[in-house]
Amino acid sequence: MSKNNIKIALIGNPNTGKTSIFNKLTGLKQKVGNYPGVTVDKKKGVSKLSATQTAVITDLPGTYSINPTSIDESIVLKTLLNKDSKESIDVILVIADVENLKRNLLLFSQIKDLEIPTVLAINMADQMDKKGISIDLTLLEKELNTEVVLISVRKKQGIAALKEAIIRCHIATKASPLCGINHKVDPDYFNKLKEISPNYSLYELWLMVTQNNYPETITKEEKEKLLAFKQDVSKLKKYQHKETIYRYQEINKILKKTYIVDKSKATDLRSKLDKIFTHKFFGYFFFFTILLVIFQSIFDWATLPMDFIDTTFADLSDIVKDSLQPGVLTDLLVEGIIPGIGGVLIFIPQIAILFLFIAILEETGYMSRVVFLMDKIMRRFGMNGKSVIPLISGTACAIPAIMATRTISSWKERLITILVTPFTTCSARLPVYAILISLIIPNKKILGFLNLQGLVLLLLYVLGFGMAILGAYILHKTLKIKSKSFFVVEMPNYKIPSFKNVFFEVLEKAKAFVFGAGKIILALSIVLWFLASNGPKSFTNAEKNVVENVVNQNLSQEELNKKIASAKLENSYIGIMGKSVEPAIKPLGYDWKIGIALITSFAAREIFVGTLATIYSVEADDENTATIKQKMHSEINPATGEKRFNFAVGMSLLIFYAFAMQCMATFAIVKRETKTWKWPLIQFFGMGLLAYVSSLIVYQILS
Amino acid sequence: MSTIASLHIGELGYISEESLDFIPLKLLEMGCLPGAEVQLIQIAPLKDPLYICVNGAHLAIRKETASQIKILKANL
Repeated sequence: MSKNNIKIALIGNPNTGKTSIFNKLTGLKQKVGNYPGVTVDKKKGVSKLSATQTAVITDLPGTYSINPTSIDESIVLKTLLNKDSKESIDVILVIADVENLKRNLLLFSQIKDLEIPTVLAINMADQMDKKGISIDLTLLEKELNTEVVLISVRKKQGIAALKEAIIRCHIATKASPLCGINHKVDPDYFNKLKEISPNYSLYELWLMVTQNNYPETITKEEKEKLLAFKQDVSKLKKYQHKETIYRYQEINKILKKTYIVDKSKATDLRSKLDKIFTHKFFGYFFFFTILLVIFQSIFDWATLPMDFIDTTFADLSDIVKDSLQPGVLTDLLVEGIIPGIGGVLIFIPQIAILFLFIAILEETGYMSRVVFLMDKIMRRFGMNGKSVIPLISGTACAIPAIMATRTISSWKERLITILVTPFTTCSARLPVYAILISLIIPNKKILGFLNLQGLVLLLLYVLGFGMAILGAYILHKTLKIKSKSFFVVEMPNYKIPSFKNVFFEVLEKAKAFVFGAGKIILALSIVLWFLASNGPKSFTNAEKNVVENVVNQNLSQEELNKKIASAKLENSYIGIMGKSVEPAIKPLGYDWKIGIALITSFAAREIFVGTLATIYSVEADDENTATIKQKMHSEINPATGEKRFNFAVGMSLLIFYAFAMQCMATFAIVKRETKTWKWPLIQFFGMGLLAYVSSLIVYQILS
Repeated sequence: MSTIASLHIGELGYISEESLDFIPLKLLEMGCLPGAEVQLIQIAPLKDPLYICVNGAHLAIRKETASQIKILKANL
């Protein structure tokens, strides 16, 4: 990014149309990056302000003030206090909503006291007539001592004027504070504070004291002096209260002269819709109906594109295999990299559909009503109203579900939600459940109408959800994390969603998944490929040994190839790993072949079926190509002479797959969202231990 | 003394000066100021949280918080 760029920070209350303005100014020139050490992404985009002037715009999370109470908000403060580095902000663009101007100006007054050039954009100006609002713009500009622009992103009004104002503001010299906190609250106290450093505005120093947030540029001496101001906490709190009230008094004075609302003109659609959506009965009815629609869509709509991606990558593998010279590199490409990428991309349809719905619900303002409805229920389990969405999303796939926890502001509640979400039965468990159920549960009706197999599947879903809730409750009681559980949610006005915002939201989520989880899935796929297609000496000799052993059996080429593949697998590194874990999994009723499937299905549960298919296709002596189910059915446990997949082993495996976190994509996303290895490791071993112990108990009782 | 939690749906009140110390800073910043008019719009089905309109802002707060904010009921 060149030196000519103006560095702009975009800041505003939630629901002011901040995201729309960011999308409008930057279009597709956006980039999502992570803030080091925190869990929230920062979005940056490039905007062309004039023929000669471009700007880099940082979109900061929506906030009501710069006294942060959540991780989102602390990012705002960090960015604004970051003064002397290359990232420092030249111009702050504050977005306000014309209807809630008073509250929006509180944030503006704080920003103004930072003495950074500031432009105020009052959005949704097209609604003024309808809401009976009139503004004396010239007087407001004078009173606020800043550039004020009336805009409407929806109607595409005022954007050019906004860009001009930013350029003018950038050229102007240092800005002056609006309220100034010293003379009203406690002049002596604040004069002393001001003396600490001439390099920072008084308000910046005050923020450092109250928020315990110090920029890197501050000297040790200055910091020590500031720390002395921290000692009397109740005084700080009192002064913050006083400061806020003082700011509101000043704002009221200004608005009295410049802002008139004729309340009789306000429309009342909101209260009518709220009566339905937050109703004791209809509220839940609508919520569960919407959930049902989302569910259906994820499974129905996603099937077609997922199958398409699946076959495309399989075809691609074949094409590459046929067109390139055989060799290690081709094998890596055909068996490792291409299926690896396919395994990542196959989740995109589900993620896109899910986030399409979530973005729409968010944009319309309905999500706040769901949070309102569900908060009390979820609170009992250490989560909050906002945890509902991740838990529901988890039935499609835990990855987008865990990304959806970002809206939860309390870290403890968010962490609990992240840790328990993988218990909900995701779509990758379905193929495993389906085949095991068909092997061990007879296909018969009970009570005349209930299908026993279907009932067992339903019970597994209930088991998953129940475990999530129970897990949350246990974590709630054991995790010693101090996290403000203060809860306030704004109930925004109902709005028609903006196509552009929804589009960018879905795009962003898909991108975050592909580049976040994707890297690790791909890397592990390559590792798995390597382990399965290489081995010690016995591996290299496998083909020769097989050919020698079956020389008199008159096998077809196909059967021979299968036998060779099987022998290779058995002697490959992964086969050896399967054998080495056998003692550990024997008490659960598994042998080394199931062990291989367990290991490979760490990558993703559905690989379990495919792995067993490969292994058993060899042992089967019958000439016709039996289905996987038939092969698993006829697999014999040599020790007992009984079926390998008897009731006890099947149940043990079902329980194992219900509880174990066998999904490296989830592991990757938890690492990404918690920004540490600690939580995904705890989650992995915790769930693994639970799976192991539960399966052990189930098997020992049943066998 | 009444609090926001003791309002009936649709009822109006004014936040009293003496509850200033009990209003969390966050709520203060969102417009829950002493003297501000507050109306209870809706109570969630399990009696918590409460949906209020204060100073023109529509907010959902938990009952615990609401019961700490004293009000004077408007005489209608």
